[in-house]
Amino acid sequence: MTTTAQDPEIRRLEETARRIRVGIIRGVNEAKAGHLGGPLSAADILAALYFHAMRIRPEEPDWPDRDRFILSKGHSSIGLYAALALRGYFPVEELLTFDRRGSRLQGHPDMTRLPGLDMSTGSLGMGISAGVGVAIGCRLAGRDARTFVMLGDGECQEGEVWEAAFLAPRYGLDNLIVVVDHNRLQQYGWPGEGPYDRQPPAWPGELAGKWSAFGWRVMEVDGHDMAAVVGVLDKAVVGDGRPVAIIADTIKGRGVSFMEGRYYWHTRPMTADEFATAMTELGEPVIASAGGAA
Amino acid sequence: MTLPMGRAMRDVFGETVTELAGRDPRIVMLDADTASSTKADMFQKAYPERFLQMGIAEQNMLGVAAGLATTGFVPFVSTFVAFAVVRPLDQIRVLIAQTGLNVKICGGYAGLFTGATGKTHLIVDDLSIMRAMPGMVTVAPADDVEASQVLRWAASYNGPVYVRLVRDATQRLFDDTYAFAPGRAVVVRSGRDVTLISTGTQTPRVVDAAEFLAARGIEAHVLHVPTLKPLDVEAIVAAAERAPMVVTVEEGTVIGGLGGAVAETLSERRPTVVKRIGLQDVYGESASNDQLLELYGLSAVRVADQVQAFLETRNSAGHASHAD
Repeated sequence: MTTTAQDPEIRRLEETARRIRVGIIRGVNEAKAGHLGGPLSAADILAALYFHAMRIRPEEPDWPDRDRFILSKGHSSIGLYAALALRGYFPVEELLTFDRRGSRLQGHPDMTRLPGLDMSTGSLGMGISAGVGVAIGCRLAGRDARTFVMLGDGECQEGEVWEAAFLAPRYGLDNLIVVVDHNRLQQYGWPGEGPYDRQPPAWPGELAGKWSAFGWRVMEVDGHDMAAVVGVLDKAVVGDGRPVAIIADTIKGRGVSFMEGRYYWHTRPMTADEFATAMTELGEPVIASAGGAA
Repeated sequence: MTLPMGRAMRDVFGETVTELAGRDPRIVMLDADTASSTKADMFQKAYPERFLQMGIAEQNMLGVAAGLATTGFVPFVSTFVAFAVVRPLDQIRVLIAQTGLNVKICGGYAGLFTGATGKTHLIVDDLSIMRAMPGMVTVAPADDVEASQVLRWAASYNGPVYVRLVRDATQRLFDDTYAFAPGRAVVVRSGRDVTLISTGTQTPRVVDAAEFLAARGIEAHVLHVPTLKPLDVEAIVAAAERAPMVVTVEEGTVIGGLGGAVAETLSERRPTVVKRIGLQDVYGESASNDQLLELYGLSAVRVADQVQAFLETRNSAGHASHAD
C-alpha cells in the first residue's frame, strides 16, 4: 500500500508533528533554556514513529514486547517529551516543567525519572550502542520487538557510532532501525558559505555511503515528507537480515522560518516576539500567561 | 609462615560465571576479544549462544551491556581493566551508573600482575575512579575463594557492580568457611600495636607482613576491606580505635583508593595520622610480579619494613611532643 499526502492517516500525522513542534516551542520558551533546532528537525519522524510505526502501550510503558525508541541525540529531548505526552504517557501540561528543578523532563532524557524512556542519553554516540544491546536482548529473549534509534548527523562524528555500526550487521540485527536526522548543522561546526552559515557535518550522500559500507540496509528519505517517512518506516520493519539505517534529509529548525537552517538556533532562548512569531507560524494561538495552558 | 598459593583468579572467574549461567538463563557474557586471556572462553564453550563477542570496541560493549540489561538479561562484561573501566568510563557513567542498570563489570588483569604489560595495561587508579562514581558498587576480592563468592553475590544483586580481578595465582587468605558480605570489612588478624588496612590481593601479603612484624615484637591488627563502595565506615573507625596507628596498603595508587577512603573516613570520624602504602602517584612498568612488588614496596617484607619505620617515626614524634 502506498500512502500519499491526501490520506487522512498522513494528515493526522502531519497535525501530530505540528503539535509536537508547538510543544517544543512552548517547553523551551517556558524553561528559557533548551535546544530548538534539533527537536524541530526531528518532529515529523517522531510523529511517524510514535503514532504510526511503533507498537507500544502508553498505559503500560514497560510492556516487555513493546517496540523501543532511544534518542541517541539526547539534547533533542523536548521533541521526544512532546511526542510521549501527546501519545498519552503523561499530561501535555507537564511539558511546561521541562528543565525545571524536580521535573521528570530533564534537560537530557533520564529513564530513572520518566516512564516511557527506554534509555538515558545525552553523551553523544551512546544511544546506538544501547540500541544494539536492546536488539540483541529482544532476539535472545525471542521477542518480536523492534528497536528504533535516532542519531544526529553531527553525532556521527563520535567513534562509538561506528563501533556499533561495525557490530550490528555481524549479529544480523534486522530488528534494529537507526534513523539519522540529517539536518546538516550542529552546534558550531566549520565555517562555510552558501545556503547555510556553517558547513554541514557530512556532505550529501556521504552518510548513506558510510552506513552502506558497514553492511547496513540504507534508505534515504525526505524527513519532512510524512507520506515518504511513513513509507520508509513501513519498509524498514520488514527485515532482510541486516540492520536498517534511514538517512532522513531534514532542515534544522523546521517549521519556524527564522530558525530554519541557522546553526545558532541549535540552542538559544527566544524573545517574546520570536516566541509569538514561532507560534503564529505553527498555527497556534499565543497564550499570554507564563504558565499558560498547553 | 607465609600464606599458601590459591588458584588463578581468572580461572575462578571463568568457572564461576559459567556455573552461575547454568542456573540463571539471564546471564550473558560480553567479551572484547580477550576471552582467551580472561578465561571468559570457558563460558563460550558451555553457553555459546549467550557468549557475545563485541570485538575490540569497548565503548560500544558497555553500551550494549546497558541495552541488554533493559531487556532483563544480566550482562557480565569482561576484558582487561584498562578497557573495561578506563576506556569506556563515560559509557559506564551515563548508561550504567546513572541508570542503575544491572551490569557486572569484571575488570581482569587488575593490579600489578598483568603479565609484564607495562603502563598502558597496568591500571593504578581503577578503585579511585569507580568508588568516586555514584551508584557503583566496587569490590576487590583478596583471593580465589573470595572472588568466587563476590561473583556469586554480584549475580544475585540487582544493580551495577565493578569486580576487580587479577590475572595470576595469588596467595589464599580464606578457607571454605569464609562468607563474603557486601559492604562489610573483615578483621583477619588481631593486634594492638598498629592497624593495617588493605584490600584486594594485597591483603594476603599484608597478613604475611603482620607475621614478619610479630617476629619483631609488633602485633598488627589487619582489616581487609573487599568492598570499597559501600565502605564499612564503622569497621574502619573501630579498627582505628583499637590500634590508633593506621597504615593502608593497596596494589594501586594511594590517591583516592583505599588510602583515600580511609583518610576521608577517619578525618571526619576519628582524626588519625594515616600512612598510605601503595603506588605514590606513578604509573607502572613492565617487570616480573616479584620485581614490581619490590619496586612499589608491596612485598610482605617491604610492607613490614615501612610499617616498622612509620611506627618508629610516630613514636619518636610522640616522645618529642611529650618533651615539649
